[in-house]
Parts: sequence; structure tokens; C-alpha cells
Amino acid sequence: MLRDKTNSGGPQQFGRRTFLRGVAGIGAAVTLPALLSACGGDEEASAPPKGDPDAPANLTFWTWTTNIEKVVDIWNAKNPTQKVTVSRQAQGEELITKVLTAHRAGNAPDLIHAEYQALPVLITNGVTADLTELAGTIKGEFTEGTWGLTSFGGTTHAIPQDVGPMMLYYRADLFDKHGLTVPKTWDEFAAVARQVRAKDSKAYLATFSSGDPGWFAGLAEQAGANWWANDNGTWSVTINDEPTKKMAAFWGGLVNEGVLSGKPMYTPEWNKEMSDGTLLAWPSAIWGAGVLEGVAPGTKGKWAMTAMPQWDSASATTGYWGGSATAISAKSSQRAQAEKFVKWLNTDPEATSAMIKEGGIYPAAISGQSSPALSAPPAMMPNQPTFYADAAAIAKTARGFSWAPNVNVTYSSYSDLFAKAIADKADFGAAVDQLQAASVADLKKQGFQVKGA
Amino acid sequence: MTTLSTGRRPARRRGGSAPFVLVAPAVVLLVTFLLVPIGYTVYLSLRAARVTGGGLGRRVEQFVGLENYRGVLTDSAYLDGVVRMLGYGAVVVPVMLGLALLFALLLDTPRVRLTRTTRIGIFLPYAVPGVIASLLWGFMYLPSVSPIRAVLESVNLPAPDFLGPSTVFFSIANIGVWGGVGFNMIVLFTALRGIPGEMYDAARVDGASEIQIALRVKIPLIAPALVMTGIFSIIATLQVFSEPAVIQPLSDSIPSTWVPLMTIYRDAFVNSDIHTAAAASVVLALGTLALSIVVLTVLQRRAFRSDQ
Repeated sequence: MLRDKTNSGGPQQFGRRTFLRGVAGIGAAVTLPALLSACGGDEEASAPPKGDPDAPANLTFWTWTTNIEKVVDIWNAKNPTQKVTVSRQAQGEELITKVLTAHRAGNAPDLIHAEYQALPVLITNGVTADLTELAGTIKGEFTEGTWGLTSFGGTTHAIPQDVGPMMLYYRADLFDKHGLTVPKTWDEFAAVARQVRAKDSKAYLATFSSGDPGWFAGLAEQAGANWWANDNGTWSVTINDEPTKKMAAFWGGLVNEGVLSGKPMYTPEWNKEMSDGTLLAWPSAIWGAGVLEGVAPGTKGKWAMTAMPQWDSASATTGYWGGSATAISAKSSQRAQAEKFVKWLNTDPEATSAMIKEGGIYPAAISGQSSPALSAPPAMMPNQPTFYADAAAIAKTARGFSWAPNVNVTYSSYSDLFAKAIADKADFGAAVDQLQAASVADLKKQGFQVKGA
Repeated sequence: MTTLSTGRRPARRRGGSAPFVLVAPAVVLLVTFLLVPIGYTVYLSLRAARVTGGGLGRRVEQFVGLENYRGVLTDSAYLDGVVRMLGYGAVVVPVMLGLALLFALLLDTPRVRLTRTTRIGIFLPYAVPGVIASLLWGFMYLPSVSPIRAVLESVNLPAPDFLGPSTVFFSIANIGVWGGVGFNMIVLFTALRGIPGEMYDAARVDGASEIQIALRVKIPLIAPALVMTGIFSIIATLQVFSEPAVIQPLSDSIPSTWVPLMTIYRDAFVNSDIHTAAAASVVLALGTLALSIVVLTVLQRRAFRSDQ
């Protein structure tokens, strides 16, 4: 569910996810876990010698960024002796599972594409190499906030590739038709949601999705939450902190009242509702314009993008939904060459421009964010020529929080807990408490030290 | 010389290597692809990744004894899934076999037209892969894209919410039945075709109606086929996965632990906890084995009682 919202468009979401699950399910009962998890070897990251960055190399890159092959082709043309081979093994959390398995089997790829929230899982399994040394040379290419997404306790484990600051998409045509004003605060958002219900009994301003924990986390970031912190090896988990509960209670009240829809996103039904005007707005991220192109191509030119509604209108803030980084395997024997490629991919203007054009992503590097490739608005939004300028201003207000090594477990609990809360019209605040309890119980079970638990 | 060599031949035949060579492929395949993976699953189920060290911590795999099993057997979500799976079986198996038997008997009655076409028509859903079938039904269930609801709404009838908390169970059972009836029907129909015609002639001479023939002659005679399809269906029930897993992201009514296999899938591939998944797999496999043995013993005793 949390996969690849970042850089792949919409309609295949449904088919791919479900199809993969189905395929993986065939015969999963006994043999599959056994076959897939190869021999558990030693977990020690024995750092291989650094080597010569210009030596010939053959690097494997597991990623799912859209059209990344075309970007890698540019590299391969320029560096004929240092060939990078893209391998589309899986997406999102499934790729992480595959990487963990490959790492244990001793054949992990040299280069690994990972979403920010998945990094702690990789780090605590000893999969990623310590890139602090490389980081020192390119840190200035990124904003402080972005850099924080890949650094933990002073060590850097991956180089940011793209970010997904959240913003609000809304149907400008329908807002005009119904005489609605674009909400600047969440209170206004609630008021507009009620107006929408009054104007059209079939329409909703937006939906709250139990299927997208990354989206919920982004909303929590915007509200000012800090879910995890690590102090000298002791974790504090505060998923049910005050900002998160305030945000959850806000959405829960409106969903249970029937003012907002509670159906999951990324379903064929959602596609239809985004196309036919049942849903008038979508709190999403900068890559949302690309998703709209996939799920609602008929609405081209009807959407507009603006900043997220605010909790405190005095200080504009937004969260992140998605975004990913490139890590290097701790067991890679071509470390120096891999570092050279990672640096090129994520900071070279030629590479970032190509990723914008081919993959539709918003690069993490500052130079990439002012790339000429961003001068034209996304295909879906010809009516908003200032799209990327507006987005850049919003991106400056984004704040994230640090992730824990069990984000995967927390995220899958989120989906179940909130699906149940929506179905039962239950208190979302209680669901947040249950999420906190589930996350803490899992951390403790794994042997982490958890503060106050 | 002659006596010696003739005396030797039978001895060599009995103790030679031929039997071992002949049985070797089967044994090697069985060991490599069944026993070793099962053994490895059991091994994994006794281990777990535990964290040591400071900072973010490092996960190290270690022996934890039966801890994973304790976790699985006390996990209410897993146990709820087991109950749900048994309920699913209690709905799907009788309905599916009942329909299969009904169709087979109908097609087997004399003077039925278009037998072949109908048979293929009923069999066809079985040829549709489970994932595709679930996607297909998913579209029919989803409120705003459902053609079924569109038709009902157009004639002002109340349209059911196929994915509601109380209905979703039957919606998923429906996919299972839809996909399974055809196969079972063919098995039962083939069994019916194997019954000699004289049986029917004798029954008709005695004045039996077609319904009486079906109930008193046909069904008892195809009991072994019914037992076999029953066992297959029960095992298929215990393996239900693709239908709910495909529908799961479409609805708030299906948690990711709806049936045990979904829990196992989530643990292994979403939560990256291969060890809990292995323990849950072993529990499920043992349960399947136990249930199959019980059902087989009970049914066989009843089905073949008259023969003995």
C-alpha cells in the first residue's frame, strides 16, 4: 500500500499489487517462506576495501522508478567500463523484503532503491553501507530537511533521490460551479466538505483512505507529530502524540458523520470517483499530478494545486508522502564505483533532469529542483503554468519525522486498524492508540529497547 | 557353470541395484522439493531476528525455541482467520458440491439438449485463474463501478453493498463457488457416465421416476467421486488466499489477516518476519493434514460401508 506512490502512475497500481499478491500466494503455505529465505548467514557488515572509483565495474541496481532505464542509459553511454544494470525485482515494501532475503543469501544488488521510511529496516538488518564519507562531499546539494531523511545518529545510509512534499489538488471547475472557496485551514476544509454534501448528495470533498499509511503519516507530520526518536539505542514511540490524535480525530469525526468518504484510494472505484467528480479534492503530494494522469485522464486541465489546508494559518507547514533514496549494499565489492554512480544519479543536473522528464519525479537535490525540466507544468495541469514554482514554495515548508525499524509492521497495522475503525464508525483516536500499542509491542518483541514500555 | 549362472540370476534380480535406481528419481524429488523445504521451514520457525547493540540496533538471527509458535497460537488475528476460514469452508464446500452434483445430474438425464455446450459453459470459470476471477468479481462488487448495482438501481431496487462488513464474506465465497463448481461437476459427471445403463433400465422397469433414479441409484453409485471432490474442496478451502487478497485493498471490510494464508503472507512479505510466517505455515499445514485425515476416515467409512 505504501509503495511507489512516488513515481509511478495510477491505474496499474491496482492490478500490480493484487496480481503480485495473488501470484506470491500460490503455494505460500509451506514451501514459499522456506524457498525465499535463503540461508541465514552472518549479519556482520564486513566493509570491503573501498577501491578505485574509476575501475571497471558491473553494478546491479534494484529499483522501480519509472523509466529509470533511460537515465541509466545516459550513464552507461558515458561510462562504458562501469555498466549499471537495472533490475525490476519488485516495488515498495516487496522490494525491501527481497533485498533482505538477497542480503542474507549473499547476493544483494550493489545499489538499492528504498523509500525513506524503509531505510531503518535495511540499516538494522545490516544491509546498507555507511555512506557518511561520501555524504560529506555532497551534503551541500540538499536541504537540511531532506538530508535528515537518510541520516540517523550522525551516519548517512543513503543519498536522497526524490521527495514528495504534500499539497492539495482540487477540481477547480467544480469548485467554481458550486461556488466553493479553496480551504486554507482544516476548519475551512471541514466547512467546505459540508457544503459539498449539501450541494450534491453523491459528491464528497475528499476521502480518508485506510489503505495508505504513508499518506496518514504525512498528514501527521504536517500536524507536528514526531512518531519516533532514538536516544542512545533506546526508542521512544509516540504515534499517539497530541498532533496525531488531533489530526485523526478531525478526519474521524468527518468520516463517521458522513461528511467525508471513507473508501480506500487506489482502487478502480477511486479512479472512477476521481474522474466523474464524486471526489472534489485530493490531499496528495507533488507527484500527484502524474497519478491523476493515470487515474483520471479525462479531467485534464480541471484540477488545480495549492498548499495543504493548515492547522495554524500563521505558519505554513506540510508533510511528506513518499520519496526515496539510493543506498549501497554493505556487501558490495564495487563500493567506490557504486558511490560514484549514486552521486551522479542524485546530484548531476543531467541525471536529475532526465529523472524529471522520464520518471516524473521531483528530485531531492536543490539543483534538481530548479532544473529547466520543471519549467513546464505537468501534463494534467496546463491551466497552472506556475505549478512547479508553487510547488517549490510549498516544498520549503515541508517537515518530516524520523522513522523506526518497524515501519513496515506499523504500516500494515494501520491499514487493518483504520479499515476497521471506518467500517465500525469508531473513534479514530482509539485507532491511533491501538496503532501505538501494536507498534511498541512489535519493537519490544524484536528486542529493541523501548522507553516507558 | 550352467547351474551356477542360472542360480545366480534370480539372486541378482532380488538384491541388485535396479529397484533403488528405479525409485531414486521419486525419492530425490520428494526429498529435494518436499522434505527439505518442510524441514527448513520448521528450522526457520524455531528462530527469530533479535536486536542487539546500541544506536539503531542490529538484527541477529537466533534460536528462540517455540516462541514463534506461542506467538501464532495466541495471536487473536490469526485465530480469527482460522475461524473465518472454517466458516468459509462450511459455506463454500456444501454449496459448491451441491451445485456441481445438481448440474451433473441434470446433464445426465435423458433427452437433455445442448449437453456439451452447457457442460463447457459450466466448466469454463474453472479455467479462469483465481486472481483474474477475483479481479473480475471485484469490479462487479465495487459500488460505483458495479454493473449489478447499476441494473438494480436503474429499476429502483435496493442495491446490496457487496463489500459491506456482513456481506463481504458471502461475496468472496461466491467467487470460490463460481470458480469451483465446473471442475467438480465434470468429475461427478464423468463418474455418472461410468454407471452401466442396465442399472437405469432395471430401475425404470421397477417403475422408478427420474428423480428416484437420481437419488436412489446415481448418487449412491458415485459416492466415491463425491468423497474425492469433497476432500479436494476442503483442502482448497484451507488454502483460500487469492480471492480475499485481491479484494482486500478494495474494501475496508477485509483485514490483511482475513484468512491464515493472508496473515502468513503479510508476516513474510510485508512485515519481513519470515520466522513467524514459518511457524504459522507449520501450524496451518498440520491442521490441514489432521482435518484431511479425519474427513477421509469418516467419509470413507460411510461411503464404502455397503461394500464391506
